[in-house]
Amino acid sequence: MSILIDKNTRVMTQGITGKTGQFHTKTGKEYANGKNCYVAGVTPKKGGQSYEGIPIFDTVKEAKDATGANVSVIYVPPPYAAAAIEEAVDADLDLVICITEGIPVRDMVRLKYKMEQQHSRTVLVGPNCPGVITPDEIKIGIMPGHIHKKGPIGVVSRSGTLTYEAVGQLMELGLGQSSCVGIGGDPVNGLKHIDVMKMFNEDPQTEAVIMVGEIGGSNEEECARWVKANMKKPVIGFIAGVTAPPGKRMGHAGAIISGGKGTAAEKLAVMEECGIKTTKNPAEMGKLLKSVLR
Amino acid sequence: MKIHEYQAKEILRKYGVTTPRGIPCFTVDEAVKAAAQLGGKVWVVKAQIHAGGRGKGGGVKVAKSPDEVKSYAGSILGMQLKTHQTGPEGQKVRRLLIEEGADIRKELYVGMVIDRGSQRVVLMASSEGGMDIEEVAAKTPEKIHKVAINPVNGLTDAEADDVARKIGVPAASLPQARALLQALYKAFDDTDASLAEINPLILTGNGKVVALDAKIDFDGNALFRHPDLVALRDLDEEDPAEVEASKHDLNYIQLDGNIGCLVNGAGLAMASMDIIKLYGGNPANFLDVGGSATAEKVTEAFKIMLRNPELKAILVNIFGGIMKCDVIAEGVVAAARQVSLNVPLVVRLEGTNVDLGKKILANSGLPIISANNMADAAQKVVAAAQGKKAGGGAKPKAKPKAKAKAKAKAKVKVKAKPKTKAKAANRKRVVTKKKSSARSKAAAKGKAVRSVRKKKAVARKRTKRAAK
Repeated sequence: MSILIDKNTRVMTQGITGKTGQFHTKTGKEYANGKNCYVAGVTPKKGGQSYEGIPIFDTVKEAKDATGANVSVIYVPPPYAAAAIEEAVDADLDLVICITEGIPVRDMVRLKYKMEQQHSRTVLVGPNCPGVITPDEIKIGIMPGHIHKKGPIGVVSRSGTLTYEAVGQLMELGLGQSSCVGIGGDPVNGLKHIDVMKMFNEDPQTEAVIMVGEIGGSNEEECARWVKANMKKPVIGFIAGVTAPPGKRMGHAGAIISGGKGTAAEKLAVMEECGIKTTKNPAEMGKLLKSVLR
Repeated sequence: MKIHEYQAKEILRKYGVTTPRGIPCFTVDEAVKAAAQLGGKVWVVKAQIHAGGRGKGGGVKVAKSPDEVKSYAGSILGMQLKTHQTGPEGQKVRRLLIEEGADIRKELYVGMVIDRGSQRVVLMASSEGGMDIEEVAAKTPEKIHKVAINPVNGLTDAEADDVARKIGVPAASLPQARALLQALYKAFDDTDASLAEINPLILTGNGKVVALDAKIDFDGNALFRHPDLVALRDLDEEDPAEVEASKHDLNYIQLDGNIGCLVNGAGLAMASMDIIKLYGGNPANFLDVGGSATAEKVTEAFKIMLRNPELKAILVNIFGGIMKCDVIAEGVVAAARQVSLNVPLVVRLEGTNVDLGKKILANSGLPIISANNMADAAQKVVAAAQGKKAGGGAKPKAKPKAKAKAKAKAKVKVKAKPKTKAKAANRKRVVTKKKSSARSKAAAKGKAVRSVRKKKAVARKRTKRAAK
């Protein structure tokens, strides 16, 4: 088992004719069961063409109807990315993973409102995220597949390369992963830490979870409180940005300490209170996880 | 992106918000002329910098005669205005706003931000406007009233009236307050703002609702559809290193330590800063080179880091995903050759094509200190910045010692976390003192290094000429 995606997932790439979309569709197709998973591409006005043997359609709806794809990954440029997500939501896909970085927040506010009004059942991951991988089954996103291995650890993170770092440390200790989910660094986005944590809690393959957070917002705190009340499995955490000065945006649109809120110290304190072991040393995430494994 | 108060007021006026009449000025003469043009008996001379807390810092003065306008304009223009948002060195004042005086009956606060919790734009308002709003928010959060705004309908009449009443707007002024709040939201939404604040929003003696101050920040991701707003950018207000970095699509933020960091990914970049601090060092910058860094980009990144006279060492920390380690290694080698690197360089590579990358570094003949993981890298770069040769390969025996020391230090640091706020404040003060003395020393050293470099360059030219 795993969460969100597995070898039976059928994926379409929105923005498949762009350079980024092509590159990552190709590497996704080459990873584990990818050959069977990547079944469609979507680019308006390019319907009828194909890429690497993958048929391209004008719309998400057409791609879904023709191939049965239930998941979409988006590499559409920022000005059009929110509309691409909207199209996937309107086509009632199960899951949309938006990799695109730099989408205007206003677009995301409107999109999230619409999804809420429609009681959409589509799950959104991202934007501005590395994607999701279920090792040795399927990779959807921009993470390097070869650093992963199937195993019992769930990873959820706001950051891309820091997720790879956590995975790298797990692998050093011989620990594989059930699924790794990058939820992205934008302030208005899809799944939050808490949503992914709930999924890991229900997933029989997952035995423990690494939660990687960042300064800004209070999603980590919300997740920690949920963990305290509900989680059946050990969780460890790291928060990036202990040294970040207030008022400065640390790369991600969401990574900013404003009005004295969202500091790493505050997040770490709440997590510890809620029974989540934390480390201030990003080089010791793997070691700490191993120490809590039952 | 930030803009000045006078620019924010111009935008708000277009949406029907009432502000005092005012004229932006660049010189004392212009200020005096502006006062005459505005007329009246009282003027406000306001420093225009991209930071809050200007009043407390002495950047806002009320003048009661043209002579006072002249003298205040003269003293404020060109001053290094220090506020809690500028840092200890302050920000040079290059622009002024001369405004007509206002009859302040009551000071209120209104602001709008993108709220992560509700995933919407939230209106915040308080009856306690003025200079201490941050304290109000921290100590008496119940005095801040909030409304999450529906992005389709906007701020409704009922919502606007309700908030206005709660912050003490009298019934007679309600229609004006409603119009102002709705205009503020319209402006926020139309311009893709990320933050808008009117503090104070005042009630005047004759019941008018007036924006006495204004601040608007824009979402950088949306600037592509607002060329008119991009034109308002004032590069003088930004850190020159950050401006240079933005030209090369690098995400760079200047900090006050001495260890330069070049990392791919924002999260890993923050984590790299954190681990440097944990092992007793001090990061000089945040730098995310992104997922598609080329050799040129890496070279530019090195150049920007090396402009910092305090720089004592550089850490390159790359976890290659899309970015291949061999590409980054080539970039590092090319950059190190091109910029005549004069500080120790520690490189940690992991991920795609890592072996190839390490080989390129090893074969380059450059004195690059290679690290196996993040902890190793942090220890080595901290030692290098302190002038110790840990892991330089010269003294292998010294290596474990240095490591143990660094580890012990890290442990002590974690344990020595101050328990009370007072202690923390004390420690901060001490740190600032230390920093300032370290800075002057570093600056002196920087000069020395530069003069040596100059001499070397001259020598090189001479040998070239001789060869010819």
